[in-house]
Amino acid sequence: MTAYRLSAGGLVDRTNRMDFKFDGRTMSGLSGDTLASALLANDQLLVGRSFKYHRPRGIVTAGPSEPNALVTIGQGSRSDPNTKATVAELYAGLDARSQNRWPSLKHDVGALNNLLSPFLSAGFYYKTFMWPAAFWEKVYEPIIRRAAGLGRAVLERDPETYEKVWAHCDLLVVGAGPTGLMAARTAGRAGLRVILADEDFRPGGSLLSETVEIDGMPAPAFAETLLAELRSLPNVTIMPRTTVFGWYDDNVFGAVERVQKHVAQPQAKLPVERLWRIVAKRALLATGAEERPLVFGGNDRPGVMMASAVSTYANRFGVASGKSVAIFTNGGTGYRTAADLAAQGIEIAVIIDSRADADDVAPTGTRVIRSGSVTDTKGKHRVSGIVVERSGFEDTIACDAVAMSGGWNPVIHLACQRGAKAVWSPELNSFLAPDVGNGLAVAGAAAGIYSLAACLSDGAGKAAAIIADLGFSAVSDVLPSVSGEIDPSFTALWYAPGAKAKAFVDFQNDVHVKDLGLALREGFGHVEHAKRYTTNGMATDQGKLSGINATGLLAAMQGISPADVGTTTFRPFYTPVAFGALAGTSRDEHAAPVRKSPLYNWAQKNGAVFVDSGLWYRPAWFARDGERTWRQSTDREVLNVRQNVGICDVSTLGKIEIFGRDAAEFLNRLYCNAFLKLPVGKARYGLMLREDGMVYDDGTTSRLSSEHFFMTTTTALAGGVMSHMEYCAQVLWPDLKVRFCSSTDQWAQMAIAGPKARHVVQALVEDDVSDAAFPFLAAQAVTLKGGLKGRLFRISFSGELAYELAVPAWFGEAVADAAMEEGRAHGICAYGLEALNVLRLEKGHVTHAEFDGRVTPDDAGFGRMVSAQKSDFIGKRLSTRYGLTAADRMQMVGLKPVEADKTFRAGAHLLREGAKPSTLNDQGYVSSAGFSPTLGHDIALAFLKSGRERYGERVVVWDKLGGTETVAEVCHPVFVDPGNAKLNS
Amino acid sequence: MASLISCPHCGTRPKEEFSIRGDASVLRPDPEASDEAWNDYVHIRANPRGRYREHWQHVAGCRRWLVVERDTMTHEVYSVTDGAVAAREAAR
Repeated sequence: MTAYRLSAGGLVDRTNRMDFKFDGRTMSGLSGDTLASALLANDQLLVGRSFKYHRPRGIVTAGPSEPNALVTIGQGSRSDPNTKATVAELYAGLDARSQNRWPSLKHDVGALNNLLSPFLSAGFYYKTFMWPAAFWEKVYEPIIRRAAGLGRAVLERDPETYEKVWAHCDLLVVGAGPTGLMAARTAGRAGLRVILADEDFRPGGSLLSETVEIDGMPAPAFAETLLAELRSLPNVTIMPRTTVFGWYDDNVFGAVERVQKHVAQPQAKLPVERLWRIVAKRALLATGAEERPLVFGGNDRPGVMMASAVSTYANRFGVASGKSVAIFTNGGTGYRTAADLAAQGIEIAVIIDSRADADDVAPTGTRVIRSGSVTDTKGKHRVSGIVVERSGFEDTIACDAVAMSGGWNPVIHLACQRGAKAVWSPELNSFLAPDVGNGLAVAGAAAGIYSLAACLSDGAGKAAAIIADLGFSAVSDVLPSVSGEIDPSFTALWYAPGAKAKAFVDFQNDVHVKDLGLALREGFGHVEHAKRYTTNGMATDQGKLSGINATGLLAAMQGISPADVGTTTFRPFYTPVAFGALAGTSRDEHAAPVRKSPLYNWAQKNGAVFVDSGLWYRPAWFARDGERTWRQSTDREVLNVRQNVGICDVSTLGKIEIFGRDAAEFLNRLYCNAFLKLPVGKARYGLMLREDGMVYDDGTTSRLSSEHFFMTTTTALAGGVMSHMEYCAQVLWPDLKVRFCSSTDQWAQMAIAGPKARHVVQALVEDDVSDAAFPFLAAQAVTLKGGLKGRLFRISFSGELAYELAVPAWFGEAVADAAMEEGRAHGICAYGLEALNVLRLEKGHVTHAEFDGRVTPDDAGFGRMVSAQKSDFIGKRLSTRYGLTAADRMQMVGLKPVEADKTFRAGAHLLREGAKPSTLNDQGYVSSAGFSPTLGHDIALAFLKSGRERYGERVVVWDKLGGTETVAEVCHPVFVDPGNAKLNS
Repeated sequence: MASLISCPHCGTRPKEEFSIRGDASVLRPDPEASDEAWNDYVHIRANPRGRYREHWQHVAGCRRWLVVERDTMTHEVYSVTDGAVAAREAAR
């Protein structure tokens, strides 16, 4: 036993014991513990294996920068990999497992890598796995992938819920340590809406680990006094367990709140994590400072910890990190830890001070070695001694823990996330936050102010400045007095000389000093290159401990200032955020809502098999008893429409009501064909171009009165066309008197098509729908039997005698039911998207399979539709340019297989007979293909160079993907009823 | 890119409510204008570092097209104007 729970002290509840598991072993902790402090109390020093060499690793820190103590918490789908034990709040029943080891933490086969380490130098992967290229996919990558990564991501569905919330405040204070608490109090008293966020489950920051007295109270009690006042202020919101991870434009901050990460069984009514976007008029960064590790030989052995962490475990958690602790320091902090340990009765083996002389006072009787250096550590799974060198003399000193202190790095991540670079301070030997303007101020230790009294004062002072800046009046405030402080200043020590073992810089990724030296020698000395070459700072901790040391080492190796090396780029997120939290509620039907047509229930009753079409679910076919494949159902539906009558849901087409004195003029400019003189009561097929002359969308537009038009768009572009029209009306022609709105969801629309369609429609509506009274392209408001008002359009996508009947959405199902009922005697059937597609293909009608953005009206055979008379319309000018009118453009044609049993597939290319497949020989491509039950063989629509001149010619349909070559005859694209007799019957 | 856009009709709203079309400084030429003018209008866009006028639509709000004048480097938004107002001004 070395690490153990002290008999008294700490902010833990000794009456509330909690059992938890680590690697299957049951252990006991206290309420108020982190997993790390509980593990230490159980003398579990070894908690993980490093990434590359699988070296045994122990707890190093007591906070979010922890590189080693990463565990998987939870079971099954609730497993959270790579969770830092140092911030994980202990709860009864917590189940943690170590990572990156096999078969066990103590006996890890991967540790063989450690013996191979001379061959696993920086850039190893780049150098070794270069060749042979074929080995990458089959050999190298699987091996690397198996070895890579620490925790394993869970493949099961995440059962937790998450949510996203906006918050607004005058002042966001990031960090509830001494600086942040004082700032929040000052601002709160002045009446500002304050949000105080802290990543810890217990606010207070360093005050929770301090032994000094403030205003005559122990530091934790002082923190509690401040918090009590803040809780009493209605304008102050305290958010514990909340990490502010990012600073974005307009002073918007991203934060994640761990609402239920600390409970064994989350309540379903609450999210497990909550993603906050905080809009702050001002923000104050009071994130404190992170202690810098010392880089010395064997510094990664379990038991080597940050000095401040040793203090925190003793003071806050009542845990001794060892029975005999050696301290290696370059500044006052090591002496503070010595004082803390002495106060708890823990033996101090030695203090090694890298400085020749310093005023710091060690506890009475403590051995202090000045100008000393630790060159190696002893022990296997935990440290048992250190090798100390001073002036050429070497000594081995027994100890069971090492507290190291290399000075302090202000936590300035947020301030550097929007592009401003950290600034080197030679006085403080630290990088400080750049001046980033009014929105974000930095205070306390985050600003390089290390004395506690100065931090309290700076927090209050910076808050007072913000109060004045925002026009509030400050309330007078008496600063608290601090007694018993130790000066934490330090002298930079990037590398402890004389290392006899690997001196690690990045513990998690196993980057040691020599790797950085190699990077420099091989030309990767730029800090960003060195990072990637050595992987320093690329682990899950993102270099919180290692980044600045790497900069210092690269500077020292070149004899330049750290200012000239700089830091790597700071980017969100400060600590990892679960994808679940980022997704929030946007998953499943909330990410892709189910959009149902008003005829959805009707279709379901009639046996529809649905298909996703954007967010819509559209009937693909209506399977009947005995039909085993979609083709059987589709063929039956097609033939029934051609012979009798069918009914199809077309409600998903975009529908736009257009009103106004200039509505006709607006449409005339929007479409390439003429709309100005469209008579009332008539529908017209319209083609919309893009400004570059290519077809954008098509549909029918009907004139219901002189100033009221009704437009339909394709289903896919309903939103796009609406937006395009808004652009045209608002930006291009703001003076046209036109208004429009979408009515896609307001109308249920059904196509009733087939030779017997008129019988069905006439049975439904009062108005006369005979060919004489209601000819092709008629479009009118009608009254249904029983008085319901609807709209009827004589338009046809199938090429049959067809009507489209629109009724208010709410009545859609009843009207469709009635149509089925009235149609039964005429053999009506419901038909789906598949049959619709075959019917239009047989008729040579186009869809977006043809209008793919590269097709002009003339390519598709609509050349004569494009108005030459109109002075202007969208796409007019560029549709006349040479490339769009060239004679060898690909034109739409039909294809029939020469051998009737051969098939086509869309996407196949066209070649001249005997030509080799090549880009040069490419003659065109198939845009749509399918089996025509009417003709009894496959047909296709295709685009072929000068296609309209080549009817009767044979081409090869080359389908590389399907591995087929089919000889086809080029023909007119209308396969059924080219004379439109059916349409006009 | 800004996190918040102040729509002249709806107030300050998150950028996710908007969609961006692009350069708002190009004006649709007269139908009789030269090939070069039309080619420039349809195909050629500057990619400036600094001030930029863009068309944004408040798709999840008032659905108005807006001219957002912003800085592509600092992401500062200088002004947000209704597209029709801006178009009338440009036509003057």
